[in-house]
Amino acid sequence: MKKTILFGAVIAMISATAAFADMQQVRMGTEGAYPPYNFINDNGEIDGFEREVGDRICELAELECTWVKNDWDSIIPNLVSGNYDTIVAGMSITDERDQVIDFSQEYFPPDPSAFVGLKGASDDAINGVVAAQTATIQASYVASSDATVVEFATPDETVAAVRSGEADAVLADAGYLETIVAESNGELIFVGERVAIGGGIGIGVRESDSDLQAKLNAAIDTMKADGTLNALIEKWFEGREGPY
Amino acid sequence: MEFCAEPAALEGAKWWLCYLSTPKHQEFYFSFLTVLALIFLVAPITLLLGFGGALARRSSFLPLKWFGQIYTSMVRGVPDIVFFMFVPIAMDQGLEYVRHRILCPEMTGPVYQGNDFVVCTVAKLPLSISPQWVHETYGFFLAVIAFSIVFGAFAANTLDGALNAVPHNQLETGRAYGMTNRQVFRRIQLPQMWGYALPGLSNLWMILVKATPLLFLLSVEDVVYWARELGSSKSSIFDYPHPDWRIWYFAALLVFYLLLTWFSEKAFTRFRNWFSRGQNSHTGQIVLEAG
Amino acid sequence: MSCGQTILDYGLRSIGIGARLLPKTDITLCEQIVLIGSGMIWNVYLALIAVIFGFFAATLVATGKASNNPFISRSANWFIFLFRGSPLFIQFFFGYELFVILPKIGIDIPLGFTTITLETGWFTKAWLGALIVLFLNTTAYTAEIFYGALRSIPRGDIEAAESFGMSGYKRFRRIIWPTLLRLAWPSYTNEAIFLFHATALVFFSGFPAWQQRGDAIYYGNYFAEKTFNPFVAYPIVAGYFILVTLVIIFLFSIVNRRLNRHLAPERRSRIRYRPQIIR
Repeated sequence: MKKTILFGAVIAMISATAAFADMQQVRMGTEGAYPPYNFINDNGEIDGFEREVGDRICELAELECTWVKNDWDSIIPNLVSGNYDTIVAGMSITDERDQVIDFSQEYFPPDPSAFVGLKGASDDAINGVVAAQTATIQASYVASSDATVVEFATPDETVAAVRSGEADAVLADAGYLETIVAESNGELIFVGERVAIGGGIGIGVRESDSDLQAKLNAAIDTMKADGTLNALIEKWFEGREGPY
Repeated sequence: MEFCAEPAALEGAKWWLCYLSTPKHQEFYFSFLTVLALIFLVAPITLLLGFGGALARRSSFLPLKWFGQIYTSMVRGVPDIVFFMFVPIAMDQGLEYVRHRILCPEMTGPVYQGNDFVVCTVAKLPLSISPQWVHETYGFFLAVIAFSIVFGAFAANTLDGALNAVPHNQLETGRAYGMTNRQVFRRIQLPQMWGYALPGLSNLWMILVKATPLLFLLSVEDVVYWARELGSSKSSIFDYPHPDWRIWYFAALLVFYLLLTWFSEKAFTRFRNWFSRGQNSHTGQIVLEAG
Repeated sequence: MSCGQTILDYGLRSIGIGARLLPKTDITLCEQIVLIGSGMIWNVYLALIAVIFGFFAATLVATGKASNNPFISRSANWFIFLFRGSPLFIQFFFGYELFVILPKIGIDIPLGFTTITLETGWFTKAWLGALIVLFLNTTAYTAEIFYGALRSIPRGDIEAAESFGMSGYKRFRRIIWPTLLRLAWPSYTNEAIFLFHATALVFFSGFPAWQQRGDAIYYGNYFAEKTFNPFVAYPIVAGYFILVTLVIIFLFSIVNRRLNRHLAPERRSRIRYRPQIIR
């Protein structure tokens, strides 16, 4: 018991000295391949909705943030092993993930997933061959439905599979698919009903980092209250209204 | 370039010029150098590790011998890709754990708290306050070590075989002249060995070159990472929207690797010819045969 | 759930027999070992078929490379250069991209038989598409090994065969072929191991997994992602690969002994010590 107290005291001391000397350093992990949530722009920088939200949160919580790219596959193992301190990568809050890491409160409301097929596809497409990104909630959703799931490593390949006729439909976050469908010149269309899988999107942090979690929550509270979060959602997701 | 300021208004050659010179593309071009740097760093370390492994296998000190045998046969039995999936993370955590124990002796709590691997702030590698390039360089060196361990095992096999291939009568002759075992090894076996090892080592170089696309598994932003990233279809959020062009970027990689292996092959042939000139005809013969 | 039940549910999961859903929560060690082992079926299948077909194709390509006809020898050379000079990773990418275009071309041709469109669809599946890429790859490497062996067959052997009146196919079958195999076998053992290890790349970056049916590393990846811990699943994958590699070495050494049985012991060992890794 004594040990834990001492342990906590040391941590508090270290963070206190750090805050005194400099602002707390936080490394923000993201995938960089999921526009408009996060992507690498032509200048080679991380850009997108989550970049702006993250930067604003860091400003409010007085954190000094650096952005780090990491593949989707290993994004959680690298968080728990300490390569970065947060995951800001369009990650839905699910029970499975919550057992391993903690989440801040949501900064994006639960986004229903949507099916997209080729022009002329009927609603039956969603029971045919459905493409999804490996290790996403959509992949495990399709795996437990009647449809045949095909898994690809990147979100881009899942859409490419529909274009090539390899898959009848793709299941992904509606926010990701909307721009793609809008700019496909009618080649791609939404099919079937949207399905609600998973919760809203939150920032993932290590379970041992409750301090940081509290700071992030407070900052998100402020952004929800003053309307900046709504404004960012409306800026990056065309035709959506800020829900907060 | 000034005229690149408004990408949407560009057309034809100008569009291409601007597109191919974006900072993102410059990172792509730079990543080719990363790959080359990795190959040229890994090669000498591999040779050292291989030499150590071969000597360990031939050691008369049993634990060392077992270590050498286990090292070479273990790595030989596992695909490099599986190896890369967990060994770098293990190395990283191992290093941080050691630093944690040395730098923060006052913290006695477990480093594994549930799923989290937690070490004190000063034990982190690199420190979280270090700039991004330090993190990237650290990741790159982890990759260099991971590659070297894998290919060191192959090199150990090759060098061990080559040491065995030196004709016994040559070693006997050395001993007959009153040389000690160590002298025989250094003056006869070692110099003669290279002729036998060269074909195997040049092959190993080729394997190394062709294993570098796996670098992206080690979170190094290599040519494959950028080819995928740049080639994937781009919506109008980006300055230069385009459909799925991955095939063209991978074609560039294909050409890069074909050129690299072609030049390597030429260089090795030259080197081999040069090397076998000074050798006695028997070895020269074998070298030519094996090549 | 007992481990026996797990074996029934997941032992053949990778080929679509057994439970439909993969384990999601409270993953046990037994589940990891069984499911990853089930994935090994793919690795063994792909390596086995590619090596068997590659063996015969490589003989053709090697004799082609040694041919006096410049057209044949040059095309064999180019084939070998293309597949030996580029990483398998990139070959898988192009293989998949090429196979994906196939059905579209098939639709354009007004043949209209359902059977044909069905068949072109198979190419994008790993069991055929990845197999073809692996087959071409191993053919190129093996051909280079066989070609090297072909050139080092002692001239006296061939001349002796001629003086016995053997020529053409008979000489090849009785003299050249067995000697070639004997000389090439140590390197060829290496190639078989390399190819087996290369099957780990199939689902990793090349071909998509259908209905969550994948190879050992696919399931290893799945578990590492579900348990968020790479230190259990991947060592299991590694363990399986070491086991099968040992089996390959054992089988190939039996053949090696057979190929060398007519030679005096000291000549046998000389061949084995030629330090070569051809890949």
